[in-house]
Amino acid sequence: MTHSAAEARGATPLPSPAARPVLEVRGARVEFPTRRGTLVATDGVSFDIGPGEILGMVGESGAGKSLTGMAVIGLLEPPGRLAAGEIHLDGERIDNLPPRRRQAIRGRRIGAIFQDPLTSLHPLFTVGRQLVETIRFHLDVSEKEGRERALALLKDVGIPAAEERINHYPHQFSGGMRQRVVIALALAANPSLVIADEPTTALDVSIQAQITALLKRLCREHGTAVLLVTHDMGVIAETADRVAVMYAGRIVEIGPVLDVIRRPRHPYSRGLMASIPGLRERAERLNQIEGSMPRLTTMPPGCAFHPRCPEAGPRCHVARPMLAAVPGEVTSAACWLHQGGVTRAAQ
Amino acid sequence: MLAFLLRRLANAVAVMLTVALIAFVIFRFVGDPVEMMLNEQATQAQRDALRERLGLNASPAMQFARFVTNAIQGDFGISYRNQQDVFTLIAERFPATLELVLVATILSLALGIPFGVVTAIRRNSVLAQALQLVSIVGISLPSFALGILLILVFSVQLGWLPGFGRGEVVDLGFWSTGLLTASGRKALVLPSITLALFQITLVMRLVRAEMLETLRTDFIKFARARGLPDRVVHFRHALRNCLMPVITVTGMQIGNLIAFALITETVFQWPGTGLLFIQAVTFVDIPVMAAYLVIVSFIFVALNTVVDMLYAVVDPRLRMQGSGGGGHGG
Repeated sequence: MTHSAAEARGATPLPSPAARPVLEVRGARVEFPTRRGTLVATDGVSFDIGPGEILGMVGESGAGKSLTGMAVIGLLEPPGRLAAGEIHLDGERIDNLPPRRRQAIRGRRIGAIFQDPLTSLHPLFTVGRQLVETIRFHLDVSEKEGRERALALLKDVGIPAAEERINHYPHQFSGGMRQRVVIALALAANPSLVIADEPTTALDVSIQAQITALLKRLCREHGTAVLLVTHDMGVIAETADRVAVMYAGRIVEIGPVLDVIRRPRHPYSRGLMASIPGLRERAERLNQIEGSMPRLTTMPPGCAFHPRCPEAGPRCHVARPMLAAVPGEVTSAACWLHQGGVTRAAQ
Repeated sequence: MLAFLLRRLANAVAVMLTVALIAFVIFRFVGDPVEMMLNEQATQAQRDALRERLGLNASPAMQFARFVTNAIQGDFGISYRNQQDVFTLIAERFPATLELVLVATILSLALGIPFGVVTAIRRNSVLAQALQLVSIVGISLPSFALGILLILVFSVQLGWLPGFGRGEVVDLGFWSTGLLTASGRKALVLPSITLALFQITLVMRLVRAEMLETLRTDFIKFARARGLPDRVVHFRHALRNCLMPVITVTGMQIGNLIAFALITETVFQWPGTGLLFIQAVTFVDIPVMAAYLVIVSFIFVALNTVVDMLYAVVDPRLRMQGSGGGGHGG
């Protein structure tokens, strides 16, 4: 009987709510129209994030990680736009909503944390003002209730003497404390998803660990899903449940964080892991991946990584591998190595 | 905060002393005042008596000290031309100039700020493009040409508004105002537009540039990420950050307007200090010129000091010294 009830809700039976991903991104393609043609910054980016799950997104500068995050919250800098693909939040498609409804989702259902806490906060308003403003815009509460919630949030993110600090201006806080305020702002309306774009990059190393631990704790407590964008594998290793490795605008590998760190399947991920000091035994000098990521204007045919890939074969020069599960593993990789070999020519 | 105030005050006093010195030197060395005040038939005894009366026999340092002491008490001597007390002469004319300048300033803020915001946030709209085009005219058209043009159209041809004078004036004892009578208000329209046009375009371009800069900052992006609507982001968050330079420029420009209203005042025969100064120049009426220099400088310095104080009101980072924080605007 339970079966038919589920079927009655729609043609496609919905999975149980607990298993339904908070965020589903399907084939996201971000384009920048320019005078000399359209630049494709990301293409075919697909991933899910479950409730309370932290997905790390890692890659070099310009790989498209931040753009993916911005596309999800709908804040791509014009003329950049999501040219193809779909974004679903809690099962509802959001990428095609009118601007006003999209804006109502920001802050309410998707929170954001940016790289630099020094510049993320408005310098001319107290942190309390900014918190209350955000809370009252999204939740139907009085000024007094908003202030109480703001105070509770500040305490929750570990601001000492919050009653006093609530009336302070951003410049009166240290970098780490400011990032805590930013996190409080991101969580102000209890969103189901937080986009954290390089949340620790601008901070001292000693503060980084505190902030990642805080983020992890808060998201576990509130059941908030997190898209953690960073170029720091150390942060990913400490914080994320799963990791997506991006290269030249595409996800080249995605899987549970321990699997990807211990057994990276894509040659690029392998290079990335090998270049992290301390994760492996002490090396004479740091490993690095030869060459650099191709520019958007001069994307090579076939696999974008083949010019730098130590294992590239003839097939990699002509055909681009799609992301597919590595046989016998949870991890998916976009590499011919796991899809029939690099030597066989296409077609 | 107190140290800041004292520092600013000391600064202001130093500037005023320098200006007083320049005014004094002009007064003392541009021709012999005795020669100018007496006619050619005056005897040597008369000359010596006047020289003694004016204190011209004392050492230059003593004379400067007396000049400053007198100036502080509002005594700038007697006008050569109409033998009146210079300070009274300027004080009589000052309300006319100040009213003109304040109306022009209010006009420039009331129009310049919204125009600047519109041209920044609707960069490609027809309205923004039109405003940008008009602003080029406003910034390049000299005020005497604009004044004459306005007189030609609205006074001579249409006959709607008076082309000269101040209209009927109500005397409040310490202040004579044209704002309380219909003819006074009418008379204000053309000169204040003439004076304000450049200011409007200046404020508009300033606000536009600052808005464009501010809209690119992280805190605006973050405000959007917090889900605040555009209206709030633009007018509360972005505009507030643009107010610092607007305050600076407006403060400076009020001084400028007072000093350079003389062109507009001449075109419209507006009975203000600018017109008085032009007349003083024609007659080499040095006490009036010196007093005008000192008084206008005083207004400049006072406005600058007020502007500095206003900064502290707008920007909390300047309120508490030594608590760090970067420059505004990022």
